[in-house]
Amino acid sequence: MDSALIPEGVKRCPFPRFLTGLAVVGAVLLWGVFAMLLCWLKGLNQTNMNDSYGFALWIWADLAIIALGGGAFFTGFLKYIVGKDELKNIINFAVLIGFICYSSALLILAIDIGQPLRGWHIFWHANVHSMLTEVAFCLSCYFGVLTIEYIPLILENRQIDKIPFFHNLGHNMHEVMAVFAATGAFLSFFHQGSLGGVAGVLFGRPFAYREGLLVWPWTFFLFTWSAAAYGPSFTIFLTKLLEKVSGKKLVKDNVIDLLAKISGWMILTYTIAKIIDTWYWIKYTLPGTGFRLMDFYDDNMLYGLWILVAEIVVGGIFPALILITKKGRSTSSLLWTAVILACIGVCINRWVMVLQVMAVPVLTFEEWALYFPSWQEIATTILPVAYGIILVMISYRYLPIFPQEKELNPVES
Amino acid sequence: MTQEHRKAKKFGMVIDLDKCTGCGSCMVACMAENNVPFRENETDKLKSITWMRVYKLTNGKPYPKEEICYLPRPCMHCEGHKGHSPCVTVCPAIATDYDMDTGIVSQIPTRCFGCRYCMAACPYHARYFNWWDPVWPEGMEKSLSPNVSPRMRGVVEKCTFCFHRYQLALDKAYAEERRELEEHEYQTSCTQACPSDAITFGDLLNKNHAVYKLKKSTNAFRLLEKLGTNPKIYYLSSREWVRRAGDNYRPGEGTGKIKSHH
Repeated sequence: MDSALIPEGVKRCPFPRFLTGLAVVGAVLLWGVFAMLLCWLKGLNQTNMNDSYGFALWIWADLAIIALGGGAFFTGFLKYIVGKDELKNIINFAVLIGFICYSSALLILAIDIGQPLRGWHIFWHANVHSMLTEVAFCLSCYFGVLTIEYIPLILENRQIDKIPFFHNLGHNMHEVMAVFAATGAFLSFFHQGSLGGVAGVLFGRPFAYREGLLVWPWTFFLFTWSAAAYGPSFTIFLTKLLEKVSGKKLVKDNVIDLLAKISGWMILTYTIAKIIDTWYWIKYTLPGTGFRLMDFYDDNMLYGLWILVAEIVVGGIFPALILITKKGRSTSSLLWTAVILACIGVCINRWVMVLQVMAVPVLTFEEWALYFPSWQEIATTILPVAYGIILVMISYRYLPIFPQEKELNPVES
Repeated sequence: MTQEHRKAKKFGMVIDLDKCTGCGSCMVACMAENNVPFRENETDKLKSITWMRVYKLTNGKPYPKEEICYLPRPCMHCEGHKGHSPCVTVCPAIATDYDMDTGIVSQIPTRCFGCRYCMAACPYHARYFNWWDPVWPEGMEKSLSPNVSPRMRGVVEKCTFCFHRYQLALDKAYAEERRELEEHEYQTSCTQACPSDAITFGDLLNKNHAVYKLKKSTNAFRLLEKLGTNPKIYYLSSREWVRRAGDNYRPGEGTGKIKSHH
């Protein structure tokens, strides 16, 4: 039925099956949209956030998907700036994931603010001292860059490509893509960092506060580093997942191997930096505040020392050690384990840097603040996931996302 | 009228916890003065708006050695380092500001778009979010103060040291061709409402104001002084455990003294 739109030389599932899948995910999407409208129309009283938990599930989701979407800028940086040409076979997918992650992040931010119609105040009345201002500017600009990077992919659709104007536009955009990739990398270094800075500058919150270099706390650099390290692992995870779902090999092993190796070394170096940061914080920053390490990890239901171990050892050292070894990368089960642990690791990091910061009591006569999100918060957090699945489904079906697919899966005529 | 600029001030409070009975008059006066909204059901205190909140502290010992102290907590109007209070620097839209002339941390509700970053930055939980639009019981809207705009849903609000009172007092002084206020001309509503005279308000830099002398008491302390927030609310207590409750201390660490006064 839609065969004219499907790229030549590749096979896709029957249209009714595709439509059924789309309807199922679409139902989840509509549930999320309903919850989103409730939040917009009735206000944030629809959530279980409170005055102690002003930042909650959404902000974690926001930071997590931006970190996971870091594969787009770093893969682009490696391909266009460093010159790792093999990565051209996965860059399209990395861009698509980045586009989904960043558009979702912007949507979440638009839901999360109490007065969405005043969202423009952050640009108009910008406070240059605020890390959030930097986040807003760089995030919006980088989303623009990702859109520019995604457009040539859309133009490669078989029918659109037949129109000379779009064909030439797509070709010319490809020619100058290195400029946008460099711009994207520059913007990403800053907004990933400023997201880390959001927590790191909070000198009233000893769990988050870090010293640093000039105006940037160490978390600024750690967030950029971790996004560059873990983002490619998420790209690999989704590529492998898509291969499982479609039952086809989409990217050659050498490409995955290269990206996994880079991701592994980045995670390893990041984890070492994170350990040094944690040690310095315990040894030199905390004593002046009157807090001990264990003040942040005991006497509550959720935040035990296990979470620090899970973040650094399980989500850092383990995946790094697997990914830097040839055997780890070439053994399917180990590769799967590594990229899943990596994704969990960076998500835990973003979790503690948002939610644990809010939960820890600072005044001596206050208690730990714990909360459980309302269904509206959960639905609006799932909304971007459903939106992402739909966009991947449509893009994979109608666009030549994976250049090696045809070669790896020859269709018998 | 002289053309000289008024001297910069640092308005602050000294709250004598030995005098506070925990009656809550300061909280009620604050809400009435500043049109602070409330809901029919206020059982969820994490969603209640209390610019002035009275905490109940105990020494943690069992009866009969148990002691209780009530601690009123307005906004600390932190100066931080040279005006870099924790909440002011983080606000992305300059909806809150540190006024170098008065030392007051202001809030502009009509500019705030409700990101709540300032709330995350404030270790005192002195900032409150309007989770709902304010709804006043029928007839009560007639008793609202005309000097303070009620805030709408989705923005942050907090104690302003009754800044509107300062403006009114200045207006009156200007009309009388004066540029400086007497100590009694600008007082916050909580100060005036306290029946046990526990709250003293004034210019921390003015030697003629009571707060100037009181802040130098050996019993004075500030909340979370170690964090560098540099608050302008001083507390007095003759009890060591109360002063110690003002900050976090490692085991074996002695209770600290105020290192640098305003």
